[in-house]
Amino acid sequence: MSTGIEFKPRIIGILCNWCCYGGADLCGVSRFQYPPYLRVIRVMCSGRVDLKFIFLALSNGADAVFVGGCHLNDCHYNPEGNYDALSMSKLCKKLLEHAGVDPARLRLEWVSAGEGIRFADIMNDFGNEVKLMGPLGTSEGKDGDELKRRMEEIAKLIPYIKLVKKEKLALHSHNEKDYEELYTTEEIEALFREVPSYYIDPEECQACMTCAGRCPVDAISGGKNVIHVIDQDQCIKCGTCLEVCPPRFGAVMKLIGEPAPSPVPEESRLIIRKSKKQAAGSL
Amino acid sequence: MILGGGISGIQASLDLATAGYKVYLVEKSPTIGGHMAHLDKTFPTNDCSMCIESPKFLECKRHPNIEILTMTDLDSVEGKAGDFNVTLTQRTRYIIEDNCTGCTTCVEYCPVMVADPFNENLSKNKAVHIYFAQAIPLTPYVHEDCLYLKDKSCTICQGVCKSNALDFNQKPRKMRLNVGAIVLAPGYQVFDPSLRNDYGYGKFPNVVTSLEYERLLCATGPFEGEILRPSDKRHPHNIAWIHCVGSRRVTPGDNSYCSAVCCTYTQKQVILTKDHDADARATIFHNDIRSYGKGFERFYQRTADLPGVRFIRSYTSVGREIPETRNVTIKYDTFDNGVKEEEFDMVVLSVGMNPPADVKDLAAKLGIELDFQGFCKTNPTNPIETTRPGIFVSGAFQGPMDIPESVVTASGAGSLCGQLLSYRRGRLARERVYPQERDVSAEEPRIGVFVCHCGANIGRVVNVPSTVEYALTLPNVVYAQEQLFSCATNSAKEITDVVREKGLNRVIVAACTPRTHEPVFRDTLREGGLNQYFYDMANIREHCSWVHSREKEEATQKARDLIRMSVARSMLLEPLQEFDLPVNRKALVVGGGIAGMTSALSLAAQGFEVYLVEKEKDLGGMARRIHSTLGGLDVQAYLADLIQKVYRHPLIHVATDAVITDASGYVGNFITRVQSDRGLQEIRHGAVVLAVGAAEYKPTEYLYGEDDRVLTNLDLEERIAGRDEALLNSRSLAMIQCVGCRNEDRNYCSRICCGHSIKNALELKELRPEMDIHVFYRDIMTYGMAEDYYREASEKDVKFIRYEPQDCPRVEAVVEDGRSVLRITANDPVLRQALAIDADILSLAAAVVPSEGIQEISKLFKVALSPEGFFQEAHVKLRPVDFAADGVFLCGTAHYPKHIPEAVSQAYGAAGRAAVLLSQDSVTASGSVCDVHESMCIACGACASACTYGAIRLEDTRRGQKAKVIPVLCKGCGLCNSKCPTGAIFLKHYTDAEIEAQILAALAND
Repeated sequence: MSTGIEFKPRIIGILCNWCCYGGADLCGVSRFQYPPYLRVIRVMCSGRVDLKFIFLALSNGADAVFVGGCHLNDCHYNPEGNYDALSMSKLCKKLLEHAGVDPARLRLEWVSAGEGIRFADIMNDFGNEVKLMGPLGTSEGKDGDELKRRMEEIAKLIPYIKLVKKEKLALHSHNEKDYEELYTTEEIEALFREVPSYYIDPEECQACMTCAGRCPVDAISGGKNVIHVIDQDQCIKCGTCLEVCPPRFGAVMKLIGEPAPSPVPEESRLIIRKSKKQAAGSL
Repeated sequence: MILGGGISGIQASLDLATAGYKVYLVEKSPTIGGHMAHLDKTFPTNDCSMCIESPKFLECKRHPNIEILTMTDLDSVEGKAGDFNVTLTQRTRYIIEDNCTGCTTCVEYCPVMVADPFNENLSKNKAVHIYFAQAIPLTPYVHEDCLYLKDKSCTICQGVCKSNALDFNQKPRKMRLNVGAIVLAPGYQVFDPSLRNDYGYGKFPNVVTSLEYERLLCATGPFEGEILRPSDKRHPHNIAWIHCVGSRRVTPGDNSYCSAVCCTYTQKQVILTKDHDADARATIFHNDIRSYGKGFERFYQRTADLPGVRFIRSYTSVGREIPETRNVTIKYDTFDNGVKEEEFDMVVLSVGMNPPADVKDLAAKLGIELDFQGFCKTNPTNPIETTRPGIFVSGAFQGPMDIPESVVTASGAGSLCGQLLSYRRGRLARERVYPQERDVSAEEPRIGVFVCHCGANIGRVVNVPSTVEYALTLPNVVYAQEQLFSCATNSAKEITDVVREKGLNRVIVAACTPRTHEPVFRDTLREGGLNQYFYDMANIREHCSWVHSREKEEATQKARDLIRMSVARSMLLEPLQEFDLPVNRKALVVGGGIAGMTSALSLAAQGFEVYLVEKEKDLGGMARRIHSTLGGLDVQAYLADLIQKVYRHPLIHVATDAVITDASGYVGNFITRVQSDRGLQEIRHGAVVLAVGAAEYKPTEYLYGEDDRVLTNLDLEERIAGRDEALLNSRSLAMIQCVGCRNEDRNYCSRICCGHSIKNALELKELRPEMDIHVFYRDIMTYGMAEDYYREASEKDVKFIRYEPQDCPRVEAVVEDGRSVLRITANDPVLRQALAIDADILSLAAAVVPSEGIQEISKLFKVALSPEGFFQEAHVKLRPVDFAADGVFLCGTAHYPKHIPEAVSQAYGAAGRAAVLLSQDSVTASGSVCDVHESMCIACGACASACTYGAIRLEDTRRGQKAKVIPVLCKGCGLCNSKCPTGAIFLKHYTDAEIEAQILAALAND
């Protein structure tokens, strides 16, 4: 990176409309200056910020992500979405760590609509911090592209992570301390160790279409009399197929710690029913 | 009829028109806007004045129930409340409004230059010109110096006008209106310092008034926002301000009152000057610093902390002009070294407010009385009522006041008109009609980008033309252009025209913040026949030009990025339909003090049922401890009358000993549970007024609580009222001001204590003229008309001794000549010596602090508190009694300490705002709510458990359980979206796809 060109960080900011966006507005009205690194996206509540937005930004060239919400207990909304943002950011930082990315590249702050100066202070501080970190990979001492690839891998698992961590993501404790050690490194490691794969046993599948019809992401192919196969790339590991497969078939298997076997070749997926087999034999 | 089109008249018009009354807005100048339109910024937030006011111009213009009559004077008012016959005369503009398109070709060709009144005559404009860019109506007017009007020697403008709009044969037009009520909002005129020659104004070109300086600061001012001094158009680096010019003096030609706004606007001008030129030196010669308003104390500190800023407390006069440099000297008293003369590049006179110029004539036509100062005479218990029934007054015609008070009194006047005319509400009202919405579902996105210069606010930093060119290179952008002010009426028309001509189906305005301007532009889209959700805004001002003002290239790059992000988002936008929610026409008023009761009565008088809940056993609040006001009102008699009216009103239900246990619902449909003397009630109501009051600080200083001769102002008041023997027999009484506030713990001024102390002092002097009274103070905050009482107290030998905050008085109990006294020692900063005063009684002006329950209430109703712990209004200037949460309003001391008449005004204001809501059959809910892609839902329940509004339910379907959204309950926060593992639930207008497109566009290279 010794091109001699000054590094200008690119920071994606996702700010809640009611407080932090207002604080950023007031900062402008008051003419407080900060470095021009930030690109702001307005959302109604910091609790709207999805894990996947952060991974998308960082794996597509952002050097950092800033999330700004109302001060705790000041959320404009009844469900107090800033606590959700807090839990999400704690989890996200752990996931970034797991990917090898410096978790400081995600920053969550509370800024009220009256705190223009605070917004400027944070932007100055974070701008400098990111500048010192350098482009993705520099402060980590790793290859940036490799980090991006790893983040993309993790991003694919976000639906699974959201499901497994459903309770913690909706913690809603009003005690900030409860969030500090909410997610542990061991827990995250276990999370990845235990990533399941779902597999439809071609021997058992009766091609009843139930799982294919209920798969939320249309990852199951097959049709009437055609054995169903899960596209592992598309599968979000929600387990719906396992849940809905009629118990008398029990064709869907949950595999942990081992990859799903390769699907049977397309040409041999046609089910020849016994009755039909007999019919065929009698011919 | 509303007389006066300044911010107060505008607010009154909008409130009444929206509540369903036909409104005539009558203004004497060529446009509505008033003084606020002349200001650069507004204190204490330094919002751009025009930017926050001009959306209201558009609202007025577009409102089907408002008829704007500019250049119109009042001739006479006959009849009585409910049935006035008004005659008016509209002067000649020489332009036919209906024909004029506002294209300004006439202005371009006009050969005559005249002094521009909008710029306080500091620059020139053409003899035919539009008053200012955002004017309503956006029609030029012909100045009296026009060559045709003088000697018929020129008709160029007529020749170039393609719409035949010029008509030199126009005659003044007489009009007759029949109206039910009249609101007077004629505003004020600034004090003219040339009437007295001691400031050199009019003689020395580099002595200007503060209003002239305001224009110099402004990007639309005479020098495009460059501060240049009039004599040589050079940048002044060393500027002095002189306070109280024309105010607080009894000399002939001056005003005895305090103009209430000058201290803080001067501080604003100093901050802005330092923004323009960081090295500028500023010197402020002042008397008391009256930082009595919400946020003023912090604003003063912010100003005083700037480098190169000096506040000097001294009487001054302008000395002479230095012939070579045309600099001006100021002579001032230094206390230490006698009189000093200092030279400045420029001097700004902080001039005060006078009653309107033609006030006597106006009063005679209206049949109203004036007070001795020339302002409107009002009812002592209701500052909005004039002496003629059916005629109300709002804004600075009541007396000097700032913008929020002008807005509050306007809403209050609206409420009082409603009390008079509620039976006729809606009879003349018309609905706004928009063109049919075009179905664009089959079209490719065709995006139009409008980049605003915002005068120079954006254009000075961001290269607007290159940004426009860049926008044209972006996918699906079929049109782009620059605009001087996108928010101006002609710009809005330009946008709707372009939408039609170019067949646009998405519009982006790259300008300021959507938080203030999105509604205006959405409306513009509707006018253009597009769904309003096809609008997006790129904030290149607050988030770009204003915060990167020294990095022009970087800022331009950022503006391009922001527009690219907006374009990416716009492609995915969907048309959304808003839906109507019914409004429950009942109100809940929380707090049974003067403010709460006044609000309740005003709402009930307009026919709305009101639930009034009070936490104490009795109604009355803090006023139960107050016996008189500075104006001489018998508070207890007034209060008793008010309480009786409340109990007698059939539409008001009072609950005392009340505790609110739960509050839920939303605008128009709240459900609040109240435990009270009436048992547990579940109240359903459409609006809430929060008037929970404030409390008196219990001092821990100055021996309070240890020595029973140390009282608070309220204790003293009760003893005066009770004619307490010990008190009346005391020889000497002392008062200490600012106890428990204007300090680190409570960094605000409690506003009312100076007036309160002076009232107590005057009453004691009345009872015992021989009593010695000493007042230890920091700054006497007798703003406005209260100044006269301060003077009266001084004249009656009440001694005022100033102290510095770092050197507070000390109090000890001693025995002197066998008499046990309280000895107060202080260092007089003027005399530079220690003084000791022996007093029999010491009264402390204890701070006003937020009431105990305010936090609980703020949580229940989801409303914000300010750093001081009082309620935080939606907008300091223009929504002073609204909360950010719709349907919830505030008034009284829960907002900030205030005197009784101010609390009454605000109570009417809150009632007025609530009445606007309750007059509606329905309110429109946002189209930005959640919905579910059913096939993607796996019924994990994460969304439903996140939503405490109960807007998501899991319902059985043929394909198992699925989440379902109840749109009226959805608030559009989108919390559920981030919980959903599959992306099944989506918040319209903020979908994953839209946000992800913005992220990727931000990171793409151009």
